[in-house]
Amino acid sequence: MTVNNDNGIWVFAEQRSGDLHEVSLELLGKAREIAGQANSMVTAVLPGHNIRHLAQTLIDHGADSVLIADDPQLDTYRLLPYALALECLIRDYQPEIFLMGATALGVELAPRVAAKVRTGLSAHCIDLNLNEKGHLLQVVPGWGGGVIATITCPDHRPQMATVMPGAMKAVCHEGREGDIRNVEIRLPEDHFGPRVLEIKKKAPEGLPLEKAEVVIAGGWGIGDQEEWAMIEELAGILKGAVGATRPPVDEGWAQEGQMIGQSGKTVRPTLYIGVGISGVMHHVVGMDQSKHVISINSNPNAEIFDVSDVIVAEDFRKILPPLLKELKSRLKD
Amino acid sequence: MNRIIVCVKPVPDPRHWDKVTMDPATMTLKREGIPSILNPLDKHALEAALTIRESRGGEVVSLTMAPPFVDSILREGLAMGADRAVLLSDPAFAGSDTLATALILAAGCKWIGEFDLVLCGNLSIDGSTAQICSQLGELLDLPSVMHVIGLEWLDNDRAIITQRIEHGRVRMEAASPIVVSVLKELNKPRYIPFTGILEAESKELKVISNQDLKIDPGLIGLNGSPTKMAGLEVRRFERKRERVEGSIDEIVQALADKIHQYGII
Repeated sequence: MTVNNDNGIWVFAEQRSGDLHEVSLELLGKAREIAGQANSMVTAVLPGHNIRHLAQTLIDHGADSVLIADDPQLDTYRLLPYALALECLIRDYQPEIFLMGATALGVELAPRVAAKVRTGLSAHCIDLNLNEKGHLLQVVPGWGGGVIATITCPDHRPQMATVMPGAMKAVCHEGREGDIRNVEIRLPEDHFGPRVLEIKKKAPEGLPLEKAEVVIAGGWGIGDQEEWAMIEELAGILKGAVGATRPPVDEGWAQEGQMIGQSGKTVRPTLYIGVGISGVMHHVVGMDQSKHVISINSNPNAEIFDVSDVIVAEDFRKILPPLLKELKSRLKD
Repeated sequence: MNRIIVCVKPVPDPRHWDKVTMDPATMTLKREGIPSILNPLDKHALEAALTIRESRGGEVVSLTMAPPFVDSILREGLAMGADRAVLLSDPAFAGSDTLATALILAAGCKWIGEFDLVLCGNLSIDGSTAQICSQLGELLDLPSVMHVIGLEWLDNDRAIITQRIEHGRVRMEAASPIVVSVLKELNKPRYIPFTGILEAESKELKVISNQDLKIDPGLIGLNGSPTKMAGLEVRRFERKRERVEGSIDEIVQALADKIHQYGII
């Protein structure tokens, strides 16, 4: 092995069909911050096939170097070859820290890699810090978010964590300089478990939740699809995105990708307006970093009020129609 | 061998989570007085196993790592239709993190013997780490698939599996044996028939300790777990909690003013 600067903080650069997942860029932002404290380097690890063009974006967002593992077997994501490739790289470079997004792919891949190298892995982190020993403090919500636990992995390396999409902020400096290298990996010409038959994707509609400055979220209290249209109209007027708790997704009023909370997304908009939301911790953990929180719920003791700046204990059916009208008329002036 | 192992976990009933308190000295959560339920997604895993058994025969075995007092929860799985239950229980297992737990469950699978499918819920509602499926797959040296919303077992020991990903789905073909974790979209768990409850009482529930599994004690339990709990706190929120009251018109004006103050309009 050559002189190893790539044993610091690793970020898994997740891509499907050449599209980088935003969470990888968010993680680079956090890794950069930690690297500053630890006097360490940030390495983005990019497995795939014909994906070299993504490397500069990773450097712009904070990577000091990019390790590209290019192999036809890594073209379409499959768990076994990806896990094997990462295992080989970890054994060669011995990173201190390895971060991945808590995406569908990351949640499946990270535990398999951690088991291969027999290290610890914390799941769905909402924050990361270093302690005085330089150990990674991994902040995770538990019990539906009502409890916050700090996890460490003192004796095993790398210290691995998956991080909630949206929990960290991406920082971009275009034209930043870094080192881009191809690395050799030794994937056997093997049958790697399940064979992918078909991938179906539907482009999400509207503004992505994690990027919206305004999020209007609805809960079970909305009642039906017809009333749900009011949530969408309010979001339209305020140029925001629509979010939901679990019940509206189950009822089909909202899409799975709109779910906010422990099993969905983390949002941190300037303004969050919750309508008909009771405020169970599963949801709150995904919205409590919002700058301003307005809640409308007819139950005067709704739990969501504890985490709100502005509380309206009224039926939203009475409030939203005149509010929509008022906002429209103010926007005209 | 037509045997399906379903990993099931007793979890504290979420309707009682507000009663959870913390022992600051030991940094552990006190669960006393909080009833347990079968982890909801595990019922979907059980349902998937029972459906496959109905079409091709064989055996469904539930596998659990837990303290010994969870009998009634395991009987629920037996009442749903599992043929027998295996409970891995030993003080040496206490405090295991996910890697240590996966090691114990993998040893439990091997102890049960041959199988062609291991099913789990995608995550448990208490820890929510969603790590067991992939780690169990790795430690059993078998392929694994998470986020499963479609599972069609073919005659020739192959399966068509549909996995949910962001904004879409992946269909794949897999050969058995395999480890799979499921989401609730996969199926609707059956209601437990009254006869099932009666039958469950006479089904085998075997308790296995580490004397049977013989896992290196240095790799399991609190001390053998790579991850450590460094802090635990009940979450508190700092918010203004300003109530807006008055007539509907006054409320609407106040809300519009707030939205303006925040710089949105």
